[in-house]
Amino acid sequence: MSDDKLVGIVLVSHSAEVAASVAELAKELAGGAVAVPVAPAGGREGGGIGTSAELVSAAAASVDRGAGVAVLTDLGSAVLTVKALLAEGDELPDGTRLLDAPFVEGAVAAVVTAATGADLDAVEAAAAEAYTYRKV
Amino acid sequence: MLDADFFRRWMTATAASVDREAERLTALDSPIGDADHGSNLQRGFTAVRVSLEKEAPNTPGAILTLAGRRLISTVGGASGPLYGTLLRRTGKALGDASEVSEEQLAEALRAGVEGVMTLGGAAPGDKTMVDALVPAVDALGDGFAAARGAAEQGAEATTPLQARKGRASYLGERSIGHQDPGATSSALLIAALAEAAEG
Repeated sequence: MSDDKLVGIVLVSHSAEVAASVAELAKELAGGAVAVPVAPAGGREGGGIGTSAELVSAAAASVDRGAGVAVLTDLGSAVLTVKALLAEGDELPDGTRLLDAPFVEGAVAAVVTAATGADLDAVEAAAAEAYTYRKV
Repeated sequence: MLDADFFRRWMTATAASVDREAERLTALDSPIGDADHGSNLQRGFTAVRVSLEKEAPNTPGAILTLAGRRLISTVGGASGPLYGTLLRRTGKALGDASEVSEEQLAEALRAGVEGVMTLGGAAPGDKTMVDALVPAVDALGDGFAAARGAAEQGAEATTPLQARKGRASYLGERSIGHQDPGATSSALLIAALAEAAEG
């Protein structure tokens, strides 16, 4: 637990619009008191649907405040790209973690929790808990 | 013994083969995938070819590690991290020797295939690249031509299977009757290996 260092959040989607919108939504729902570093990494570098390792690495570096970086992904290549980058060892900041969580609900839970100054473990737990929220 | 030239030939032969077969790979990816496998791999292996020329790594391990890293960063689809991991793991397993034996390559490739299986969570029979790669590695002890034949057979044998991984798995039984694009491109990679061995 740190006093002022916030966990950074990276949102990786196949679509640039989805990643950016979910980032916006999560920040909005978290309220404006504390600015959690949130960065979208959506689509391929030149545009188009897919996953860009470069965009993911840049997003993670941009939100790293030294308290760890939580990465949420949609599916397929987004998950595999983050896992492959984590396996590389030096492509993502120290303390970067892929969260096992639903993309939208998990992002909201992660950003809201990070805004309280919670550590990476707590952010991860809150995002994963979003799976238990049933709709019917 | 297999030197750096052999591994460069393998990668350029793969790039050429992916160029030739890109349309076919994308066509296979249309009924059960998102119709981008050929163009994705083409972009990736083109980047590999350019990087190998520019950075000129000079050991077998360094060549495959660089190729793997380029695939992870340029492909844009799931095949990027999967093929990237395959080549990177294989390259790391080869270490920094300037020449390696066929047995060492077979062993390293097995480590690479295991890396792919761990990353993607796929096992043989799931209708993925693993279905071509595992038989190829198993046959490598009998030579490159045997590995090539085993990979091609393995790819063809994915047709009657039901996909259990990736986007195709959402189709359930409707994935049956289509040859898997990933297994097909894996067979191209192994065929390029045999081509490199021919000189």
